[in-house]
Amino acid sequence: MTSTTKAAAALPARREPTKGFDDIPGTTLFDAQRSRQGYHLNMFCMSLMKSQNRTEFKANEAAYLQKFPMTQEQRDAVLKRDWGRMIELGGNVYFLSKLFSTDGLSFQYVAAEMTGLTQEQYAEMMLHGGRSIEGVRSKSDKPKQTKQTKSGKK
Amino acid sequence: MAKIIASVNCSHVPAIGAAWDLGKTETPYWSPVFKGFDFSKKWIADLKPDVVILVYNDHASAFSVELIPTLALGCAAEFPPADEGWGPRPVPVVKGHPELAAHIAQSVILDEFDLTIVNKMDVDHGLTVPLTLMFGQPQQWPCQIIPLPVNVVQYPPPTGHRCFNFGKAIKKAVESYHEDLRVVIFGTGGMSHQLQGKRAGLINREFDMAFLDKLVHNPAAAARIPFIEYVREAGSEAIELVMWLISRGALSEKVREVYRFYHVPCSNTALGHLILENAPAGGVRRAARPAARPATRRARRTARKAK
Repeated sequence: MTSTTKAAAALPARREPTKGFDDIPGTTLFDAQRSRQGYHLNMFCMSLMKSQNRTEFKANEAAYLQKFPMTQEQRDAVLKRDWGRMIELGGNVYFLSKLFSTDGLSFQYVAAEMTGLTQEQYAEMMLHGGRSIEGVRSKSDKPKQTKQTKSGKK
Repeated sequence: MAKIIASVNCSHVPAIGAAWDLGKTETPYWSPVFKGFDFSKKWIADLKPDVVILVYNDHASAFSVELIPTLALGCAAEFPPADEGWGPRPVPVVKGHPELAAHIAQSVILDEFDLTIVNKMDVDHGLTVPLTLMFGQPQQWPCQIIPLPVNVVQYPPPTGHRCFNFGKAIKKAVESYHEDLRVVIFGTGGMSHQLQGKRAGLINREFDMAFLDKLVHNPAAAARIPFIEYVREAGSEAIELVMWLISRGALSEKVREVYRFYHVPCSNTALGHLILENAPAGGVRRAARPAARPATRRARRTARKAK
């Protein structure tokens, strides 16, 4: 376990591999670096594709997580079902889907959680054509983004 | 000679599979989605293809972070549905076409597309949802299906340009196969959607419509759309649209748009659907031939004089 903690600590400073990416708001790029960082977190999620593992995980989540050499931060994020944090720590939404499917949750439920809207607000926003691109193309558009979120809440 | 006669593009939203499997197709939310495929079901039932080449992406089901092939081809005889965390979908096992798949693999690798050959693989919603939309729920799928998974999960995915040319190599491969087979190629995923972070729920109808028009009429231009533009304009998961370029590359230059359907919302996604057929033979010949060099010296002389 110490070896992975060390490995995580030794990660070089993040540099987006493609130009202009860091200007896109609220979007995480799952590249080789994040794939390394989240390797055991994502492999834990993969293990939930087997029914017997799902049963074992549900019976004692903390004990089950000890089987994977993840960082404590990653384990905590799993236990709290903090989806946004799991993505920051190298998780990828398609891997996380094994975890939220085990919980009986949908992509839409988890997407709503990550935006900070309530389930009803998010569902309403989608029924009205989804989140508009206007104001969320780049970080400098941010003031408009707030407006957009508000209109999504109507 | 085998021939790719048409392409089918559609989103492969997992909630569609769940709605179908749970008998929710007639609910007010889902009924417009499934109605949008009524025409398509009839079209493909009339067309009766022998083989479907199904371009999709695996969503951390067959390939985890242990192994990430950029382009892969299913060469097995069978592909069972994957357990994605809620048990496998109750759909038929996919029967492959190992002989055609092996031929395609050989041909495209010699054409410098170094794909990964997969002889054992479970197939997830990326592959089974388009089959449900097009064929409903038969006892077994009505044709053989060759899965073609593309990595769009870990950056970088293949470029649109690469995908378009890969499609052309697949066309060439199929056309050099000895048996008379009628093949339809599916390009799936998209359209605009983002499943993560504060921008989740992003939909860009204008981008989607422009993409559809470009894909039909000017696919070379669609192939030049860079990664960053898909992500910025249409959401992090809209990059799946590069797979539509593989299917487009596998058709002739001129195509006929048979059907288009677009619907928002489908869970977090703008559902897009497009059916293209190769343009009628005359049109194709005219489009393909002007650059051809006359075969004999006399014919070339005549051609020069005519100028």
